[in-house]
Amino acid sequence: MNKSDIGILIVDDEFSVRDSLGRWFKEDGFRVATAENANEALKKMQDQSWDIALVDIKMPGISGLELQKRIKEIDKNVFVIIITAYASVESAVQALKEGAFDYVTKPIDPDDLSHLIQNAIKQRTLTAENILLRTKIEELSKTTEIIGESPQMKKVMELVKTVAQTDATVMIRGESGTGKELVARAIHNNSNRRYFPLIPVNCGSIPEGLLESELFGHEKGAFTGAQYRRKGKFEMADGGTIFFDEIGNLDMKLQVDLLRVIETKQFTRLGGEQVINVDFRVICATNKNLERAVEEGSFREDLYYRLNVFSVFLSPLRERRSDIPLLAQHFLGQYSLSMNKNISAISPEALDLLIRYDWPGNVRELQNAVERAMVVGKPPSIRMEDLPFQLNSRPKIPQADSIAEVERQHIINILDRTGWNITRAAEILKIDRVTLYNKIEKYGLRK
Amino acid sequence: MSAIALVPIGTVSEGLLTRLGKTIDETFRATVSHQALQFDPSLAFDAYRNQYNSTIFLSLLLNSLNETEGKVLGVTDFDLFVPVLTFVFGEAQLNGRAAVVSSFRLRPEYYGLRADSTLLENRIEKETVHEIGHTFGLLHCSDAACVMHSSTYAEDIDLKGSRLCQRCLYQLLSTDSTAAIDSLR
Repeated sequence: MNKSDIGILIVDDEFSVRDSLGRWFKEDGFRVATAENANEALKKMQDQSWDIALVDIKMPGISGLELQKRIKEIDKNVFVIIITAYASVESAVQALKEGAFDYVTKPIDPDDLSHLIQNAIKQRTLTAENILLRTKIEELSKTTEIIGESPQMKKVMELVKTVAQTDATVMIRGESGTGKELVARAIHNNSNRRYFPLIPVNCGSIPEGLLESELFGHEKGAFTGAQYRRKGKFEMADGGTIFFDEIGNLDMKLQVDLLRVIETKQFTRLGGEQVINVDFRVICATNKNLERAVEEGSFREDLYYRLNVFSVFLSPLRERRSDIPLLAQHFLGQYSLSMNKNISAISPEALDLLIRYDWPGNVRELQNAVERAMVVGKPPSIRMEDLPFQLNSRPKIPQADSIAEVERQHIINILDRTGWNITRAAEILKIDRVTLYNKIEKYGLRK
Repeated sequence: MSAIALVPIGTVSEGLLTRLGKTIDETFRATVSHQALQFDPSLAFDAYRNQYNSTIFLSLLLNSLNETEGKVLGVTDFDLFVPVLTFVFGEAQLNGRAAVVSSFRLRPEYYGLRADSTLLENRIEKETVHEIGHTFGLLHCSDAACVMHSSTYAEDIDLKGSRLCQRCLYQLLSTDSTAAIDSLR
């Protein structure tokens, strides 16, 4: 930052102070303006941006303290330095409490003033860099956007926005491949914790014996092979979010440990005694029926209630077919760039097939299908034969003979999928709740 | 070619004025003359602070100059201040005609050290070039060796050189071609 880029506004009712300080800073090469009262200062604040405001605390009319507030209302990034006489040091301390960068007492030692201004500039530069970096992070974090315009996805996006602003624990439910981690990232990226890490833990992919040290970390010598102290996922997530994927796969012992850490935000590393305090938000995801797991005793009820504070349900792709063209086009654009292949469209027949297919692997399967089609396909568009499934593929149907049995199995499937949420299941089945209750009764279904 | 009048305020030796005149001539290629004090220094005295207001000295020095004359430099052994600061080593009108420098806080004995006339004269010389530089429009320079580098305490002055850096010389060239061209030779 050049000195000529830095603007200093001097506000003092005494001409000699304005004049001498103004000349002092001009000799340093700063952009300088003076104001003899608060009103003039506020006008200059409106006309131009200033980096540092030197404000006399005692002025006729609006006081320096009040002016500081108003300056911050116009531009919260201005560094206000209060000028005071010895008699009003108490007021200067008050100004510091209200956000002033520092204060100086008249007459000012030139060396002190020089250091103070240098510190303010250093701080200002760091703040500007910080703002720039935050903007860049926000731009980068936007790359994990959720694609979809179906009513279900619009609802999900609304829920994400709502819950992101809180620190509530979120449980994301949905079939495999529906984008649960993407939603977890969206919640994190829209929260106040976004400048801290999001640490994903896949409870299904880490061997049981290792998960404990992965989560809690360990001290040197805690077990054979522990040659160094290692931070666990909880420590890494400090200030940010920890995302437990496939939470239903957590064994009983770790369920107890997890519940304790979530409630106390304290733990010790394996082999250690030091209590470590952490601050994190928990988001978890599962494709399992946790309610049934609780009933069966394989998932702790207390942990279930601790995790299931706010629930987000992701519909399978076959229930929101209107999103398929959008998603396919999105992946097409991505792979077209990364593979440097000039394929920018999907033929109407191929798109029709994509829309009719049931996508048991959901968005992940669609993404893989588009990727494969991009590999084998030729410009200008993806054709039906580029897709990795046969034309005669048919949606899976329940294995049953009678219509009643087909209906019974279908209702069980939908109830399981929605965690026995009657309202939601009725919506999917396109029947009213009373009819659904009657059918549950008729087929003797139990949760 | 600029003309600069040196005016002693208080007790200033003729020898010091001659040395400063030579340095000013070498640096700025200005015609230097010695001029007697034409005002009462007590007009700038602040009894409460027991110091002299350097801004008032600048006004008094300007008033003692004819409109047609060039710049004026007051050299004093009085302690100088501007109202908002505890002290100044000197003051100048940026892009103006008047400047003043004081030896009061440049003396090692002011800081409890042994008197050192050579050190003192070197300091006064640097401050003189510095303040005259401001009257030619030069700002504080980031080059620590340049005489236009800002100094807020006496030892700080000892660290910098007594000459203008290349960048300040070029800056001077844009305001006073004769001085700069001669200096570059």
